[in-house]
Amino acid sequence: MTLMQKFLGAAAALALSAGAAVAEPALIFDLGGKFDKSFNEAAFQGAKRWADETGGSFREIELQSEAQREQALRRFAEAGSNPIIMTGFAFGNVLGEVAPDYPDTKFAIIDMVVDQPNVRSVVFNENEGSYLVGMLAAMASKTGTVGFIGGMDIPLIRKFACGYVEGVKAVNPDATVIQNMTGTTPAAWNDPVKGSELTKAQISQGADVVYAAAGGTGVGVLQTAADEGILSVGVDSNQNYMHPGKVLTSMMKRVDNAVYDAMKAGTDIETGINVMGVGNGGIDYAIDEHNESLITPEMKAKVDEAKAKIASGELTVHDYMSDNTCPVE
Amino acid sequence: MEKMPGWADAVLVPLISLLLAAILSAGVILAIGENPVTAFKLMVDGALMRSAGWGYTLYYTTNFIFTGLAVAVAFHARLFNIGGEGQAMLGGLGVALACLYIPWPHWSLALIGASLGGAVFGALWALVPAWLQAKRGSHIVITTIMFNYIAYSVLGYLLVNVLRPVGSMDPATPKFPETTHLPSFRDMFSTADTILFRGAPANVSFFLALIACVFVWLLIWRTRLGYEIRAFGHSETGANYAGISGVKITVIAMLISGALAGLMAVNTTQGEAERLILNSTEGAGFIGIAVALMGRNHPLGVFIAALLFGFLYQGGAELALWTTIPRELIVVIQALVILFTGALDNMVRMPLEKLFLALRRKEAS
Amino acid sequence: MEGQTETGRQATAAPSPEPAIELRGISKAFGPVQANKNISIRVMPGTIHGIIGENGAGKSTLMSILYGFYKADAGEIFISGRKTEIPDSLAAIRAGIGMVFQHFKLVQNFTVLENIILGAEDGALLKPSISKARKELRALANEYGLNVDPDAVVEELGVGMQQRVEILKALYRQAQILILDEPTGVLTPAEADQLFRILDRLRAEGKTIILITHKLREIMEITDTVSVMRRGEMTATVKTAETDPEHLAELMVGRKVLLQVEKAPARPGAQVLEIEGLSVTDDEGVERLKDISLSVRAGEVLGIAGVAGNGQSELLEVLGGMRAGRGKVRMNGQEIDLAIKYSDGKGRRARGIGHVPEDRQREGLIMDFTAWENMVFGYHDDAEYQSNRFLMDNAGIARIAQDKMDRFDVRPPNPRLLAKNFSGGNQQKIVVAREIERGPDLLLVGQPTRGVDIGAIEFIHKQIIGLRDAGKAVLLVSVELDEIMSLSDRIAVMFDGQIMGEGPADSANQIGLGCLMAGMGGADTQAMDGWRISEAAAPETPAQEG
Repeated sequence: MTLMQKFLGAAAALALSAGAAVAEPALIFDLGGKFDKSFNEAAFQGAKRWADETGGSFREIELQSEAQREQALRRFAEAGSNPIIMTGFAFGNVLGEVAPDYPDTKFAIIDMVVDQPNVRSVVFNENEGSYLVGMLAAMASKTGTVGFIGGMDIPLIRKFACGYVEGVKAVNPDATVIQNMTGTTPAAWNDPVKGSELTKAQISQGADVVYAAAGGTGVGVLQTAADEGILSVGVDSNQNYMHPGKVLTSMMKRVDNAVYDAMKAGTDIETGINVMGVGNGGIDYAIDEHNESLITPEMKAKVDEAKAKIASGELTVHDYMSDNTCPVE
Repeated sequence: MEKMPGWADAVLVPLISLLLAAILSAGVILAIGENPVTAFKLMVDGALMRSAGWGYTLYYTTNFIFTGLAVAVAFHARLFNIGGEGQAMLGGLGVALACLYIPWPHWSLALIGASLGGAVFGALWALVPAWLQAKRGSHIVITTIMFNYIAYSVLGYLLVNVLRPVGSMDPATPKFPETTHLPSFRDMFSTADTILFRGAPANVSFFLALIACVFVWLLIWRTRLGYEIRAFGHSETGANYAGISGVKITVIAMLISGALAGLMAVNTTQGEAERLILNSTEGAGFIGIAVALMGRNHPLGVFIAALLFGFLYQGGAELALWTTIPRELIVVIQALVILFTGALDNMVRMPLEKLFLALRRKEAS
Repeated sequence: MEGQTETGRQATAAPSPEPAIELRGISKAFGPVQANKNISIRVMPGTIHGIIGENGAGKSTLMSILYGFYKADAGEIFISGRKTEIPDSLAAIRAGIGMVFQHFKLVQNFTVLENIILGAEDGALLKPSISKARKELRALANEYGLNVDPDAVVEELGVGMQQRVEILKALYRQAQILILDEPTGVLTPAEADQLFRILDRLRAEGKTIILITHKLREIMEITDTVSVMRRGEMTATVKTAETDPEHLAELMVGRKVLLQVEKAPARPGAQVLEIEGLSVTDDEGVERLKDISLSVRAGEVLGIAGVAGNGQSELLEVLGGMRAGRGKVRMNGQEIDLAIKYSDGKGRRARGIGHVPEDRQREGLIMDFTAWENMVFGYHDDAEYQSNRFLMDNAGIARIAQDKMDRFDVRPPNPRLLAKNFSGGNQQKIVVAREIERGPDLLLVGQPTRGVDIGAIEFIHKQIIGLRDAGKAVLLVSVELDEIMSLSDRIAVMFDGQIMGEGPADSANQIGLGCLMAGMGGADTQAMDGWRISEAAAPETPAQEG
């Protein structure tokens, strides 16, 4: 049986992985799918950039079921893929069990910390980016009321919300921030209709800038904001292009950079926790031709000043997940 | 007057359906520029040629056996239980509660306790539609479908607000305690120097599924209750004549059906994930309908059909890993098999019946 | 009705050498069963041709071939001398063939007019079709005496009226040849008479009619020629005027049959079943049984006569525990609880009531069960059929079933065959064997010989009389008056949920019973000695014309 296994394994490796000698990286997308206009898609963009630049190739799989998480990890590891990159906190449990079985393979997980010697855990300081777009929102607001629409109510999204509120208050201590979460289940990531309804509700309460940290739900938020003539703030990728002149800015979480870096480092990838923040370009706010007119030089100057302070450590934005509380409301 | 021999009905029809589905799938794969032969080899290699592959195939098979049996039992009473999905979700809740809140000294006891939990919760979830059907005539197809949505929402609420550990982002319960973890095939079949079924989720509940097959066979074909269920299923007026209470049969058949669907959670929740997650059923409740249909509502047929669908699932995963066939198309291929073996059954059967009639006439003349 | 097809003009012309319809060498097999074997008939225009035969003789198959439902394996069809292919019913309609089925194919909640134009609309818009149809309908009604209110909703019409709609539907589609399949099965004698008057008129107008029936009397009454079918073959075609019922019956069965059941005089014993003031209201709130009182003694057969649908079914169902009722019913002196919620079939069996239900296919048998499974249906809970607390003794049941099948001459005597694979007569034998072999104190029997061939009828009748002679009580419901009269010791006639009259079978006559079945009293009923006639039976003959 073992002989058979080896034989077949070898045959499979020969037949399937063209350059088995050179370790190929692999990328595993979460259940949301490769083209989710957000998180997974950003990861794919990073991988593509790496492939275009280096001419390398990588394996990828979109998961269909929960049971496939472990399967995909093991099969890629056994086939010699290295490093293996996965997107999403949901891999945390499984990776913790699988990683020790393949000590020679390097893994990278995004948005989760897995404490294993051969794992790189990439986490983002979304609170810092949210702080910056919060400042912009407060400066752009005429009513003094801004909105926040989260996806699923989990600590990660509260971390977004907390940073955002801090940023708003830093500009205008009297400003009001209306906060809503779309739901409590993963369905909340993909409910643009509800996103639209929440936006309308916030507008009726006086909000004139809304920040959507809600995955696919955000599409509805941005659309409604544009339709109703108020400003919105995109998330994860640069979403300014979706409604030019109507999207104030986007809080960019450079998942693409994280994937690109991991693939570029290849088997020499540094393990341990890799924090991506404003300081190392992992987090930023977006300015391009679509929103230039919305952001005055004064606004830009003020935000860039805060950005520099955060990078230097002079200014600390509270991380909700560090203590599950937020100092500002 | 038999139109064609029993073996043709039970073996030939599904086989031809399968062949048609395979041909069409090959066309789909060709159309996106991949080689169908390589793809099929990949599926077979990945699902059947490695012990780990078998470990996955049998894991899915276990799920499909339970849901397939659930549909089959209800169908013998001519009740179309579309609610396997919701009943399995609630079954998961029963399993999780049993595992989390009762300190089991050993996995074998935990298995019994969790099975009981899963079965009872699943059965109770089927009870309401059954009762509505029996007493109020609310169509069971509609109510069981609706109850799937309710189950999803109930589970979501409980996982997010009650069962989720503080600070966790996943809507899921904490890991079950060590003593409830079921032995996987790897634990059971590996020797010191050969590790078999590495990483595969198949576990001892596969044998529970086999026991369920035997149980259902005995129930349906050998007991008075099974006799009454079948009689009621074939003819309500006949049952009324014989003094068989339709209300009683409807409720009991659905309770058994729900319990079987609920037992699926032992495999997914206690056996594989070792915690309850929101989406642990992953459509197995619906696949059960196709499995029961293809298996002619007979436990042996259900077992074989479940094995086939297990192969399709695992093979599909392998395709996703090693080819650029997108996820959606793999679902299309799986759906084609369901379509041909389930929904389009008569498309194959009728010409085949004609063929047999013609052959027989030739013999006669 | 101007400008019709060729056949139409030929038909109206006096005796034409071309038959309106001719079949040559038609054969059709279903698997190993040869339903039609080399059948040929010629039907001349302007005549009524009867086709008579036992159930399963192949009459319906033949007509289905003619109407395009089945394709013949061999043979040719000629319409007015021209060879015609009939691949589907549309082609049949085009060829001028109209069919009136035993079970009407009408849309219940459409009006008469809507039903008539259904499928024959002239265009996408309904309005012009309807007004055109209304005109034509009026013409048809005048021509053939087929008066129906065109705006009545079909479900509100009586059975006889619905049948007229079916006939009108065929005529509206310019049918020259009308096929009627057992048209009188659901009609009262009066309605049947009316139907025959209509058929007479149609014949006079030159239409050709094929009448399928198993009732010898109807054949003798209305047809010009008659064909007899037996086991898929056409055994004879004769002029009706030159034959007699006995001869036809012999042709049908292939041997002499005893139409009369031989039986010794009854020796009634104690009262077994007493019914007092029994009423039943159905699910729609219609009162189906109205305050009925009857009794049956040990050792006698009480026959319930009546046209189908006058409460007989409900009477059997209440007694058999299949539906709830109000009033008092005592079995062997002990009261039975009638206020059941669901089925009490098991309880009634325990009280010694056996039940051969009216509809063996929907009630008495599970068609997809094997013969041995059916042999314990209703008694499957009995201890003797169990091998232990949990499992049934399947092998033992099969043995018992084999034994009963042998004794009741069920053919083929294979207990592993599914019930649906037996012929109607053999299915009924399975039911009768099961119910009679239990030796019930009271046997409820509904339509024991419906759809059963004559050989089996004889056997079943003997079994019923045998049970009576063994000192058991029998309550017999049948719509076949001959059967009631030959089997019963006493007869009660039901109409509209009430007992119209009750008395000894010896003094009953067909005409008197026929009047009571139509809810009428009158002189003929008074002539029956020892009969109690209900006040509800109207003394005069009311015009039941619609």
